[in-house]
Amino acid sequence: MIALDRVRRRYGMVTAIDDVSLTIAPGAFVALVGASGSGKSTLLRMINRLEEPDSGSVTIDGRDVTDQPAHRLRRRIGYVFQQHGLFPHMSVAANIAIGLTLARRPVGDRVGEMLDLVELPRDVATRTPDALSGGQRQRVAIARALATAPPILLLDEALGALDPVTRDAVAGRLVDLHARLGLTTLLVTHDMAEALLTASRVLVMDEGRIVADATPAQLVAGQGGPVAQGLMAVPRHQAERLAALAR
Amino acid sequence: MSAFLDALTRVPPLLAQHVLVSMAALLLGIAIAVPLAFACARRPALARIALGLASLVQTIPALALLALFYPLLLTLSGLVGGGIPALGFLPSLLALTLYALLPILRNGVTGLVGLDPAVLQAADAVGMTRGQKLRLVEAPLVAPVLAAGIRTAAVWTIGAATLSTTVGQPSLGDLIFAGLQTQAWALVLAGCFAAAALALAVDALIGLIERGLAARRKGMWLGGLIALALGIALATQPLWPLGGDARRQVVIGAKNFSEQYILARLIGDRLTQAGYDVSYRDGLGSTVAFEATAGGRVDVYVDYAGTLWTTAMHRHDAPPRAAMLGALKDWAATRDVAMLGPLGFENVYAFAMKAARADQLGVRSLADLARVSPGLKLGSDLEFLDRPEWAAVRDAYGLRFASMTPYSPTFMYRALESGRADVISAFSSDGRIAAERLTVLSDPKRVIPGYDAVLLVAKDRAGDAKFVDALRPMVNRIPVEAMREANYRVDRDDAAKESPEAAARWLAKRVGL
Repeated sequence: MIALDRVRRRYGMVTAIDDVSLTIAPGAFVALVGASGSGKSTLLRMINRLEEPDSGSVTIDGRDVTDQPAHRLRRRIGYVFQQHGLFPHMSVAANIAIGLTLARRPVGDRVGEMLDLVELPRDVATRTPDALSGGQRQRVAIARALATAPPILLLDEALGALDPVTRDAVAGRLVDLHARLGLTTLLVTHDMAEALLTASRVLVMDEGRIVADATPAQLVAGQGGPVAQGLMAVPRHQAERLAALAR
Repeated sequence: MSAFLDALTRVPPLLAQHVLVSMAALLLGIAIAVPLAFACARRPALARIALGLASLVQTIPALALLALFYPLLLTLSGLVGGGIPALGFLPSLLALTLYALLPILRNGVTGLVGLDPAVLQAADAVGMTRGQKLRLVEAPLVAPVLAAGIRTAAVWTIGAATLSTTVGQPSLGDLIFAGLQTQAWALVLAGCFAAAALALAVDALIGLIERGLAARRKGMWLGGLIALALGIALATQPLWPLGGDARRQVVIGAKNFSEQYILARLIGDRLTQAGYDVSYRDGLGSTVAFEATAGGRVDVYVDYAGTLWTTAMHRHDAPPRAAMLGALKDWAATRDVAMLGPLGFENVYAFAMKAARADQLGVRSLADLARVSPGLKLGSDLEFLDRPEWAAVRDAYGLRFASMTPYSPTFMYRALESGRADVISAFSSDGRIAAERLTVLSDPKRVIPGYDAVLLVAKDRAGDAKFVDALRPMVNRIPVEAMREANYRVDRDDAAKESPEAAARWLAKRVGL
């Protein structure tokens, strides 16, 4: 279980996270939705200590994240972000195996298994990242994050840079992996439709606070308050227009 | 062409020294600049200071930087009670290292600051420690940029190392300076050719390493590195100790004009006949030569009584010859230098004019010159205007010139010939005075001290009887006419021009040595 207790974070005059408390159950698929600057990425990055709170605590299974060196914590948490951040001087195989290499764990056939998992042909292993398409790179980044079999996966706008078709395919793959590997997954996105279609629980953030905590069904039913429904307006309107076109 | 090929035979030992000092400076520069670049990439304030200082160093001419290390090391050595050599390898190494810093530091900082932030964040996110991030991500990504900076530094260092000749470190600059002084263009060409070839070879090899790193081809950069190391080992081969108890070479010093080169060869020929292995340190600065002998880095050279009297002993009087030589000998002994004796001729500063011009103005002495000097142009050698003799003459006679321009000796005579100078500060033993029928102005007030050429030997050689016996016959043996003619053989610029070696052999025969 991941728990945040009265977490605050300010950047100069701007309050990024304003007294947030939250628990996430093991095995949950939670989406954090909000406009740019709402604090959703900062909140996510506090879980693997890429950001530190000014006050309050973050615990995983009851253990404070600061009671061990950051690099040890991060090796047990998968993290994927928008710009993929693959190491350009390493092969795809070395990128995927990096977590195992750092922890001096045997690599074995793990690279091949991970490529199968993200549905990439095994022969991309020997290529360098610049020889891949955008969608392929993001799949490799996901494979890298999951290679050490971490119990938690953090996705920070991980699909944001992909074209719609690829994005849909990778999102579907993620939902599938989440279930198969028994992960606890947190997805940060500004796209409400993506949140509704992947997560089982949606948190809406606004000016550093969580203003809605609902299931996709509840949001579709009009619950969750004005900010959440403001974000719902876009996919709802699109759906209505598509339905009108079909008639 | 054969002169050029002859000159090339002098390249290998100098190339070895050149490679040694420039590559040592490059390595030291890398050892300082690379960690500094990593530190700077994390601290912008440090980067501003470090890059600012490195750029400042770059604005100092390399020659001045080398010259500055002499007094600096001398002072430092004084503070710690001696033992730090102020001449030769150390000041050259330090000055060249400072010179090498900027390109490495600048490329390193630029490369590190320009790394993709997403890649650095990924390094953190996958759980790298700070050391792993440096070793696995930052270092390999910045390596090609860093290699490019090292390449620039290498070329600069190899070029600037030619100037280390002036502080007593042998380099390819020996050939260039000697050639410039004696108008032996083949020597200049050989020195330039060797320095350029060295720079191009090192540039190509580091370029190969750089491309190998950029293309992540291990064979390529490792091959370049191995080739570079082998090349350096091969080039420095003349410096390897040749096993057993190889006798220490005798080092013969020479300042930067023809007479010095000739006398050095004359000394060298006699020592070689006596069974010594000799090498030459040409082109030493005036004070550098004495200090190098006092420090035992030069074993023997010829200096001039008046030069040491005024610049090293700081005396302002001009006593009779015998008293001056006696005082000089005693003083030199306190500095661990033995004076074997005078060679028999003087090389005194002498103001000279074209005969026709002197007649026309009615100038015969320095007193006459003072009358007309405000309308005349003085050409001097490079150091004369800063020497105490000039201050003494100027004040004693009240000399004021319309302009005063320093030249290297060769070009000083050219300036007189072409009318760009009306009066020059010549040397009394210079063969060109007689050959060009110049009028030498007399010194009625006897302001300029005696300039007997004297043979000076480092302390540990002065106790070697065979060594001293080989040189003692030179004492009081060389009349000024003989020296003048020998000098002219080297200084003339027509077809009859000779090398210092040939002139030294001629001089030996002429005076019966």
